[in-house]
Amino acid sequence: MFRYLVRRLLWAVLLFIVVTFVTFVIFFMAPVAPERLVCGGDQAKPQCMRAAIKRLGLNHPVYYQYGLFLKRLVLERSLGHSFTTRQDVNHIVGQAAPVTASLVLGGAILWLGIGLLVGIFSALRPRSLLDRAGMVFVLIGVSAHPVWIGLIFSYFFGYKLRNFPIHTPIAGYAHIFNAPPGQPGGVAQWAYHLILPWCTFAILFAALYARMIRANVMETMNEDFVRTARAKGAPEGRVLRSHVLRNALLPVVTMLGMDIGLALGGAIFTETVYNLPGLGNTAILAVSNYDLAVVQGVVIFATLSIIVFNLLVDVLYAWVDPRIRLT
Amino acid sequence: MSLLEVKDLHTSFRTDDGIVRAVEGVSFEVEKGQTLGIVGESGSGKSVTCLTIMGLNPSRNTISTGEALWKGKNLLTAKPRELREIRGSEISMIFQDPMTSLNPVHTIGRQLIEAIQLHRDLTKRAAHARARELLKAVGIPKADARMDDYPHQFSGGMRQRVMIAMALINDPDLLIADEPTTALDVTTQAQILTLMKRLQEEFGSAVLIITHDLGVVAETADDVLVMYAAKVVEQASVDDLFNRPQHPYTWGLMGSLPRLEADLERLTQIPGQPPSLLRPPAGCRFHPRCPHVMEVCKTTVPPLAPSERDPAHLQACHLDQETKDREAAKLLEITMAGAG
Repeated sequence: MFRYLVRRLLWAVLLFIVVTFVTFVIFFMAPVAPERLVCGGDQAKPQCMRAAIKRLGLNHPVYYQYGLFLKRLVLERSLGHSFTTRQDVNHIVGQAAPVTASLVLGGAILWLGIGLLVGIFSALRPRSLLDRAGMVFVLIGVSAHPVWIGLIFSYFFGYKLRNFPIHTPIAGYAHIFNAPPGQPGGVAQWAYHLILPWCTFAILFAALYARMIRANVMETMNEDFVRTARAKGAPEGRVLRSHVLRNALLPVVTMLGMDIGLALGGAIFTETVYNLPGLGNTAILAVSNYDLAVVQGVVIFATLSIIVFNLLVDVLYAWVDPRIRLT
Repeated sequence: MSLLEVKDLHTSFRTDDGIVRAVEGVSFEVEKGQTLGIVGESGSGKSVTCLTIMGLNPSRNTISTGEALWKGKNLLTAKPRELREIRGSEISMIFQDPMTSLNPVHTIGRQLIEAIQLHRDLTKRAAHARARELLKAVGIPKADARMDDYPHQFSGGMRQRVMIAMALINDPDLLIADEPTTALDVTTQAQILTLMKRLQEEFGSAVLIITHDLGVVAETADDVLVMYAAKVVEQASVDDLFNRPQHPYTWGLMGSLPRLEADLERLTQIPGQPPSLLRPPAGCRFHPRCPHVMEVCKTTVPPLAPSERDPAHLQACHLDQETKDREAAKLLEITMAGAG
């Protein structure tokens, strides 16, 4: 187990280096001079551009810049400063990450709940009205784009129904702690502002999970050991809980870990539609400004979250499935 | 009163292609402490018969009629709750494939204890002791330590032993064994059969053993039911069946048994395939494959009737008694000649 973890961590370091280096190379392959954008685009003054090159270290070769970046990261644990705003990137990512995390984790609870409910009930009564309705939901869920869903939700809940109690905010984020003065804060406001983003974000995954859980449960119900459980005289509820679900939900653990890890890098569409200042929005803004330091910051955060969640899944899997041993 | 009395059992499945009649008009009795063997090819309805008795067919698309009287109570019309109380305590079942019949994510101990606690009000400690006792009885080495192992840590033969332990844990009156040795290799098969016989004497359960292997039947059963295409074609005591087989299908089965002694070029085989149960052949269902087929066989269904020689020996064939005796004698001669 310990050796396994050490090996995984070494792989994680390698993965981290490859991902950040590729980000670096791609950035410098784009036919744009970052110093020009930093100094205001077409009207950039040569003086300002020269200063920017020096300040950002753009006069050095790519590998040298990458080395500097690594050195700063390891020694000072700093992601550097934004090319455009000169803000500390640690601070920028630190501000955006809780927004994305709130969206993704809340969304994950929602999509898992819906997926389990629809998936299990559909599997228990295949071809019933309930099953058909569930599968129509799945079809809509996998087909509808989050941006479209976001706009529809905004239109109805934010505009059409604005005089009803179900009216919800359609943009912005409320911090739980230390809300800036003059802005809403606290848990209630936080959840209130996230209702629509959660729903929008969760629909696609809820549909995918419902379909997967339905298929898994139906397959597991035909397993021989489920028949054995019935032959022992176990009541249906117990058969479902202890024998069917326990086995059918094993793959869900893997999927959930990977999907959450991936989404923590930024739920770009949902964040854009509801104007949430999360990592996705931050990344888009940084890319269009050629702000390498910020792009790199978001990439690092996303990479780390994927690595951590994958590791978590592997360890969790060995715990829930006795056939897996970590060596 | 018999322990189990099955009367004119019919089971059909609704499928997308039509109705499959998997069991048609099966009747038999199992007495206390006795062993009944059901023999037949795959798809002849032997497993479905047992699953119907246990109420384990999917309820959505299954239609069952007839009676399966367990100590006088009809299992086919019993409430799910009553059926659950009988399953695993009075009637228990062993399945064909021990590799997939145990839940991979629970320990052996937990699965054994579950079987006990579903039916008996025992403390965890007592149930644990009982489970260990059974594991020892079925010959699992280091039974105490292996309680906490998972199914994948056992070999196929050992898993089947665990299944047997689980089936016997509540002292059932009837043990249904659905091809208990089919998935095992030959040496393990013999061990499991010996074990089952020993435990049957020890626990005094009646056994209903399903197999396609006449050798298994000869070794274990008191009475035999031969099934072909959802119907019973012959029913007799095991001695009678092997000494005076009355049905061409039984002859085919016996002729295809490999024998060490017999000096044969190749084994006889039954030509053709078992018929589809969606559209079974008219008349006698065996007629398309029967070497003795007559005109009457193609149109008239032969009733399952007592043979002329012995009223306890039931058979369903239109052939005259002389031909039957001749063929049976011929078959016996081959065996005896080899043995002599």
